[in-house]
Amino acid sequence: MGENDSEILVELEGVVTRFGDVVVHEGVDLSVRRGEILALVGGSGSGKTTLLQEMVLLRTPDAGRVRLFGTDVEHLDEKGRMALRRRFGVLFQQGALFSSMRIRDNVAVPLREHTRLDPAFIGELADLKLMQAGLDVAAGLKYPRELSGGMIKRASLARAMALDPELLFLDEPTSGLDPVSAGAFDELVLRLRRWMGLTLVMVTHDLDSMWRVADRVAVLGDRRIVAVGRMEELSRMDHPAVRVYFEGPRARAARPAGT
Amino acid sequence: MSETDPAARAVPVATVAIEDDRLVLGGDWTVVTAAGIRRELARLEAGKLPAVIDARGIRRLDTAGALVLERLCSGLARGGGEPTLLGLQPLQAELLARVRELRAGRSPLRVPGVSPLVLLGQGLLDGLVELQSLVHFLGEITLRMGWLMLHPGRIRWRALFTDLYEAGVGAVGIVGLISFLMGIVIAYQGAVQLRVYGANIYVADLVGLSMVRELSPLLTAIIVAGRTGSAYAAQIGTMQVTEEVAALKTIGILPLDVLVLPKLLSLFIALPLLVIFADVLGVLGGMVMSKVILGLGFEPFLNRLHEALSLRSYLIGVLKSPIFALIIAVVGCFQGFCVQGGAEAVGRHTTLSVVQSIFLVIIADAAFSILFSWLGI
Repeated sequence: MGENDSEILVELEGVVTRFGDVVVHEGVDLSVRRGEILALVGGSGSGKTTLLQEMVLLRTPDAGRVRLFGTDVEHLDEKGRMALRRRFGVLFQQGALFSSMRIRDNVAVPLREHTRLDPAFIGELADLKLMQAGLDVAAGLKYPRELSGGMIKRASLARAMALDPELLFLDEPTSGLDPVSAGAFDELVLRLRRWMGLTLVMVTHDLDSMWRVADRVAVLGDRRIVAVGRMEELSRMDHPAVRVYFEGPRARAARPAGT
Repeated sequence: MSETDPAARAVPVATVAIEDDRLVLGGDWTVVTAAGIRRELARLEAGKLPAVIDARGIRRLDTAGALVLERLCSGLARGGGEPTLLGLQPLQAELLARVRELRAGRSPLRVPGVSPLVLLGQGLLDGLVELQSLVHFLGEITLRMGWLMLHPGRIRWRALFTDLYEAGVGAVGIVGLISFLMGIVIAYQGAVQLRVYGANIYVADLVGLSMVRELSPLLTAIIVAGRTGSAYAAQIGTMQVTEEVAALKTIGILPLDVLVLPKLLSLFIALPLLVIFADVLGVLGGMVMSKVILGLGFEPFLNRLHEALSLRSYLIGVLKSPIFALIIAVVGCFQGFCVQGGAEAVGRHTTLSVVQSIFLVIIADAAFSILFSWLGI
């Protein structure tokens, strides 16, 4: 990695995934640079979430290489994997908040587990994370079942950021949100990147997010990455898997004027 | 950047020192080092901290580090000396300002404590409300059952037979094994006592009466409550969480029709059959054990059993079981419908269904005993 490019945080090389006889990925190559927001898009069933699971060490690809922070994860022992896990956060599609705990305790879990801070400080830090994610402190005393969809995404984001990770993976962060909440969530992501210098990988369907938030968009189709680039660059490509994001009434509506 | 092993990465270090009346900070102020910084600051605070903070040396600052820094500043401000913070990089200063702003808007909240008296009252009220909805549920079932008896064409036969297979055939193995073992245990315990009096043959009375009249209905009901009643609660509870129950309603299907009544009817049929099977296996276990330790042949055992066991005793045992079946099915389904919220509620109500149905089955059994002794049966 000696080039002048900025540092590569996530690198996939020839990743192959099979479910039984079904081949989902057939040689996926992708790299994510430090500080960027990469959107991973593709039709339903194209294996976006599976690819994300492989990046966050929940699944091992059937072939190919996954590098996180420059470390090949294949031959890493559990201790090494734990050390890597502490450096990234994951926002799951349904939030995946622990239902038996209050929101604030949900956010405190990683802090209690991985730091030796005292409970009072952890409590304040958890409140701070909730506020950074756009929730008020009162919401921290509630249980996940008492929150709306948008609030669950925010709380889950707060938990993913608890340890101030360098890298954040978001699985469909705006799905299931109304347009206003989705827009607010996009703003939040951009603000957090600015303050924390985060690198983000987000799986998304949301055309607005692709235009407004993502620095680069990677399109998954035909079992591999068919295109990676800025939306303006992608708009000049002919691949059918890419065209769907620029044609049709919804795509045209999402497109900013002058592009 | 070269490829480095994450474990061998330089361990982040933060420094705090007092130099020339200035508090000099440096290194990585992150969540990893925050605990150490706080200890170090607490140690320095024993003396007096200078009001001038030199933060030029801070390489990395994250939210946890910013919170430590902000607490330090506000602590100094409270102590009287307005702190001066020098040399933060612009982005770090922005993060700190943001933390300060958020912290100012934060009103510390406590989880309100609850007195035990309130908890007791709440528990009592919850119990009453649950009892009320159970009665309501029973009423609904009874009405719908009556309606179905008048319109047998509307019975969901398919669901009924599936449930019959699950609850009946599926339980044959475990019910048979447990009854057989129970027969062995009773015969053994009885044999030890009876041998002293030379009354070996009465082991047939002991095994026959206790198994057929009391133990096999009770044991079978307990096994079925644990096996089938809990499955009912979990299934309906999960469907409640995933809004399948609501979907049924909007499609115009009564959840009672597809989820409750087939289960109720199938258990009503299956449990008595299982009890008969348990009777046979229990007596068989007793026979085998008598043969082994008392040398009592199968033929004299069966002859004695024929005299000892009246048809009435047998029917009492078998006919108690439909009542047990109703208890188990109603409690299981009721707890399933009680599920609200998430997955964790499913587990809680499943457990409750087993505990309550076993409890109620035993109560009912005791009530039967009292009733029969009062009637002189």
